[in-house]
Amino acid sequence: MKRRDFLRTGIGASLLSGALPLFGGLESINGMPTTSSYDIAAVRGGNGADMFDRAIEAIGGMSKYVKPGQKVVVKPNIGWDAPPERAANTNPEVVARIVKRCKEAGASEVYVFDNTCNKWDRCYRNSGIEDAVKAEGGKMVPGNTESLYKEVDIPNGVSLKKAKVHKMILESDVFINVPVMKHHSSTRISLAMKNLMGVVWDRKFYHSNDLHQCIADFCTFKKPDLNIIDGYNMMTKNGPRGVSVADVTNLKALIASTDIVAADAAATKMFGLQPDEIGHIKIGHEMKLGNMNLEELSISKQKMA
Amino acid sequence: MNYKKLKKARVIISLLFFALTASLFLDIYERYANDTVHEILFLQFVPSLMKFISSLAIGAIGFLIIIAISAFVGRFYCSAICPLGILQDIFSWIAKKRSSKKFFYKKKRAYPILRYSLLGLSAVALIFSFSSIITLLDPYSNFGRIMTYLLRPILVVANNGIAALLQQVEVYSLHPVKLVMAPWFIFLLTLATFITIGYMSYKRGRLFCNTICPVGTFLGLFSKISFLKIQFDVDNCTKCGKCIGECKSECIDLKNFSVDHSRCVDCFNCLAVCEDSALKLSTPGSKTTTQGDKSRRNAIATGAALLIGQKVLADIKPSKDTSKLIEEKRDHPVAPPGALSIERFNDICTGCGLCVAACPTQVLQPAVMQYGLKGMMQPHMDYISSGYCNFDCRGCGQICPTGAILPISIEEKQITQLGKAVFVKENCVVYTDGTDCGACSEHCPTKAVNMVPYEGNLLIPEVDQSICIGCGACEHPCPLDAPYKAIYVNGNAVHQAAEKPKEEEQTTAPVEEDFPF
Repeated sequence: MKRRDFLRTGIGASLLSGALPLFGGLESINGMPTTSSYDIAAVRGGNGADMFDRAIEAIGGMSKYVKPGQKVVVKPNIGWDAPPERAANTNPEVVARIVKRCKEAGASEVYVFDNTCNKWDRCYRNSGIEDAVKAEGGKMVPGNTESLYKEVDIPNGVSLKKAKVHKMILESDVFINVPVMKHHSSTRISLAMKNLMGVVWDRKFYHSNDLHQCIADFCTFKKPDLNIIDGYNMMTKNGPRGVSVADVTNLKALIASTDIVAADAAATKMFGLQPDEIGHIKIGHEMKLGNMNLEELSISKQKMA
Repeated sequence: MNYKKLKKARVIISLLFFALTASLFLDIYERYANDTVHEILFLQFVPSLMKFISSLAIGAIGFLIIIAISAFVGRFYCSAICPLGILQDIFSWIAKKRSSKKFFYKKKRAYPILRYSLLGLSAVALIFSFSSIITLLDPYSNFGRIMTYLLRPILVVANNGIAALLQQVEVYSLHPVKLVMAPWFIFLLTLATFITIGYMSYKRGRLFCNTICPVGTFLGLFSKISFLKIQFDVDNCTKCGKCIGECKSECIDLKNFSVDHSRCVDCFNCLAVCEDSALKLSTPGSKTTTQGDKSRRNAIATGAALLIGQKVLADIKPSKDTSKLIEEKRDHPVAPPGALSIERFNDICTGCGLCVAACPTQVLQPAVMQYGLKGMMQPHMDYISSGYCNFDCRGCGQICPTGAILPISIEEKQITQLGKAVFVKENCVVYTDGTDCGACSEHCPTKAVNMVPYEGNLLIPEVDQSICIGCGACEHPCPLDAPYKAIYVNGNAVHQAAEKPKEEEQTTAPVEEDFPF
């Protein structure tokens, strides 16, 4: 239904390029959906931006998530002072395309930020994300001082009962989470759930109070409306910062889902790991924050030429 | 010569130097300080001298130019280039504006014993590399500390206030900057210095410059014999006394028609105010008698009791039960990359605070007693409270005006081992709580801190000191509080070369399937 409405109203010719595979007869394993969209979209083989267009199409199109006049916050991983090819941060092309599509869908503002690990302005600049976002009309917002964060209660959290959360997360209408697929020395891998550590101020609390539990606890407070896991470049070892480009493989993958646990479960398998091996994903599933059993979900799998 | 224009030119040049020098310390957005610093500070006497001594750099001859200028025209440096001198002029100017006295200044005698003692003490300190004396007396460094530790925090607070207001209306062109205060002791010492110098200049003009400042005294030796001097034309003088009332150095003697050129700072105020053409800037000659200076001897003062230092420890309250934890044992503090060794660094640095102001992560902080008395106010890497050294930054070496921190290349910086990470398993949350952590390894740029299998699914840090560069990226995020950090950097007395992390082949995808689900 949604898709038909969407195509009929035809929000922008540019979006049609994203819709092309539906008509072009490219591989779409589960066949063409008619009325409902998929739980997860997985795309391989394209550049980051085009894979995003395919994926968002398969889960209902951008207009399903962003309505005209809404404020959108996009949270990529911009944690490190490293260039795009190191895959320590989300691919700037993916972030830029998301900003663009949000704008096309009528978003009044698109804000992008991260609470970085390295010096924030260097991260914003050297990741390539600042320039890419600004070029598409998005706004970079700092996340470097405590005054930008507001304390909230997390009543359903087990370890994490309170956290200082970035005001953008609290004040925006739509929250899009855009992690990069990375190995991670502490949590084994860093995906959508882990990326949300970048919207809180005090990460040390997580580290000293059962890291995996805290990561899952945060999702009881706020789940993103959309999770886009960028795997165009994947860091397979020495994460989350990486030492050199030798830690990176050009995977050309992207996973999208509204279910943060499901998205992480699918991406985990890209590492050759099982979702229940990753503490926070397992806890997230058990706390019913999402579904890590991929066999119970409908997955759109598309391969681009 | 039109002396009014001469004075005006002096004022314009001094304000220009003042604004440029001050802005280096107040560049909170890191826009330009790194690119312009060496041009702006080229003529600063002590930094240039230290750089010349430490590295024999041909480019560091600014101080020789200043000596030459002094021998030609007198202490023009003190009036137009020295930022602390100009700062004092601002106070004197305000004092004079507020005063109703007809003649603000009076002729006062010099304090030769004190000033030559302090100059002698500085010379001895320079020769024997006891740089604390230089650190305390150098006018440029004092100015730098006033800017970095007093004015900069005020600017940061103001910036953050305005940024917060703008954010209310969703404007993000200004952004908040992390406010880091100097340790209390350093802050108070700087404040005391500022108040003392400010008060002296408010009451008596250039009293500091002519009694305490070793640079002023040293240049006075040259200005005394300079080619051009301010002199009386006795025939024209009506003894109106206006020149004395304008003289910040209190060095004009109308009884003898003489000027104490060792104290004169070339402000040219007397020339500009004299309506009778009784004062002129010319070569020594006719009609003037100079008073002989009796105490040329550089008596070396004893008891420099200026250095009563007390270690101010931050009140650290560990949140956890620390009875079973092990306290850290540091052999040395950590000196910035480019310092080469702690000893060398301590010998040269004058603690001006420019690197502290310029450090993007603010990990560089003035030491209280970390280096001992000798290195007080010199910067050290404060991994506990401030931050850690950015792997791709070498800003401190680029900005340092004395050569205490040398400008090393980024490749060199990335293998310069400032210290070695020490892992204390007994303190680690993986060991004590049985939960995952790994914050240290996450931040490590070389993966000298690696996570290895521990009990069950848990991973625990392991340190390979051969590739560790001591940047503190592990220590800073460690969730334990000092002095019980589970990982900390033990400084190297002499910086070492770390091995480069092994270059591996580019990795391939972990799974071959396109969609392993």
